[in-house]
Amino acid sequence: MDVMHAPGVASRFLVIDISYFLTAALFIMGLKRMSSPVTARSGILWAGAGMAVATLVSFLYPGMSNFELIIAAIVVGSIIAWWSGKKVAMTDMPQMIALYNGMGGGAAAAIAAVELYRAAFANAVNAPVQHSAVVMTLAVIGGIIGAISFSGSLIAWAKLQGVLNKTVRFGGQKFVNGLLFLGSLVVGFIVVMHHGADPLHVSLIFALALLFGVAMTLPIGGADMPVVISLYNALTGLAVAFEGFVMNNAAMIIAGTVVGSAGTLLTQLMAKAMNRSLANVLFSDFGSGGGGAATAVSGSMKPIEASDVGVMMAFASKVIVVPGYGMAVAQAQHKVWEMCQLLIDRGVTVKFAIHPVAGRMPGHMNVLLAEAGVPYDLISDLDEINAEFETADVALIIGANDVVNPVARTDKSSPIYGMPILNADKAKNVIVIKRGQGAGFSGIENALFFLDNTRMLYGDGQKAAAELVNAIKAVG
Amino acid sequence: MTGIVALYIFMLAAFTGYEIIAKVPVILHTPLMSGSNFVHGIVLVGAMVALGGAVTPLEKIIGFIGVLLAAGNAVGGYVVTERMLEMFKSSGARKVGGGH
Repeated sequence: MDVMHAPGVASRFLVIDISYFLTAALFIMGLKRMSSPVTARSGILWAGAGMAVATLVSFLYPGMSNFELIIAAIVVGSIIAWWSGKKVAMTDMPQMIALYNGMGGGAAAAIAAVELYRAAFANAVNAPVQHSAVVMTLAVIGGIIGAISFSGSLIAWAKLQGVLNKTVRFGGQKFVNGLLFLGSLVVGFIVVMHHGADPLHVSLIFALALLFGVAMTLPIGGADMPVVISLYNALTGLAVAFEGFVMNNAAMIIAGTVVGSAGTLLTQLMAKAMNRSLANVLFSDFGSGGGGAATAVSGSMKPIEASDVGVMMAFASKVIVVPGYGMAVAQAQHKVWEMCQLLIDRGVTVKFAIHPVAGRMPGHMNVLLAEAGVPYDLISDLDEINAEFETADVALIIGANDVVNPVARTDKSSPIYGMPILNADKAKNVIVIKRGQGAGFSGIENALFFLDNTRMLYGDGQKAAAELVNAIKAVG
Repeated sequence: MTGIVALYIFMLAAFTGYEIIAKVPVILHTPLMSGSNFVHGIVLVGAMVALGGAVTPLEKIIGFIGVLLAAGNAVGGYVVTERMLEMFKSSGARKVGGGH
């Protein structure tokens, strides 16, 4: 930077303050726009503009050096993230979000580490105290939360990516986890009380917090991971807010706090959609699918041919499609949408019913359908669609299982009892596309498959959907 | 910024975050989580200032890692959120866009 022509320190801070104010406003308006499908696209653009402004003016901070290091780190980090973000498949989105979130938590912990090590080394040579006890406390807490979010998110990523398949559990695990967390708090307290204490104590805070993040995420099953990712997202926001206090940076405080509270609410909504409490997700063993005693289901599964289903749907007045994650795994969403378009052209009313936990996190199925080109106004969530099944001629279930199991309404002994389900069984005809006769993800027999108005169309999701397309075309 | 002012900011921002999300439809949960994930990428500016003030090699190394991770958070969060939201179209838009 040209020092001779640099504006004065006071006016630089004014520029920075005004820019951060603008950034905070853009973030809040951007997030607000992201909460409606009509304006969502522009929301991320607004927030992105805010981020660009904040990043650029931060180079103006008086007394900054190491510019070549800063630029190198930004360029390398951005290129890797840009490339991975463009490349990732929509089905793998949840773990990618976990990874980026962990990076944010790690960055917040790094800020804390720089400040705490500086204080510790200054304390070792009896230099004047650098930070007040309040600032030190905030740095420690933000650092601990950020480190937990960092290591925890990495484990969450590894589990969803399939890199790590083990669900580690042992006796007294909660006790050990509690000790790790308490340990990092106690060491943090010592560091605050002794103006930074020494570098060893500072290292210990982070080591214990990182271990705790790993230890608390390891026992949680893959099915519960989205809720955990959402929780870590909120925690990273909180860590950023705390480090914002340390750096005296209003943009960080506001953005971090907004994400912290929004993320907490989002986590609760997700847990509720899964019919679980947050504590239950974090501290119970259900997520790994400990399958309860399967109730005996009477009746038999009745097969049907694709050509018959094609005729049935072609002459229906209303068809409701219930997609599950199995559809996305089979990459059948494009064929399913092609089939629906044929029906719509014939004057059939077609709707998609999405259960809150369809896909790997709430809203994930909507993203997968959007990728196939399904307009969002044809997609309804559970509360909107459930009354409509009674008026539907056909409910087409593809890749979904537990979310349409009527046992959840009736059988108190079932592990999924009480979970809100889609009332597909109320439709006049129920068609289930399924690979084979096995039980669902949770190992629970599905009573829907045995109903009198249910017919099974066996086969791979994509192949079955292609057959249906041909069958409907054949009707002419 | 005095402590009490910072506390006011904290409280108001917490309510703001709550209000923004309170009525959001389930269909947008995933993109919105991704979007809020992008927003806490603002940690980048703090990491930049931390690295900008780093003196010892240890501070520089940690600061460098911090900026690297923060940039990854911000850019990655932006790219995936944008990719997801770009796909959300209404049936009106589909017909205008030439249909199938």
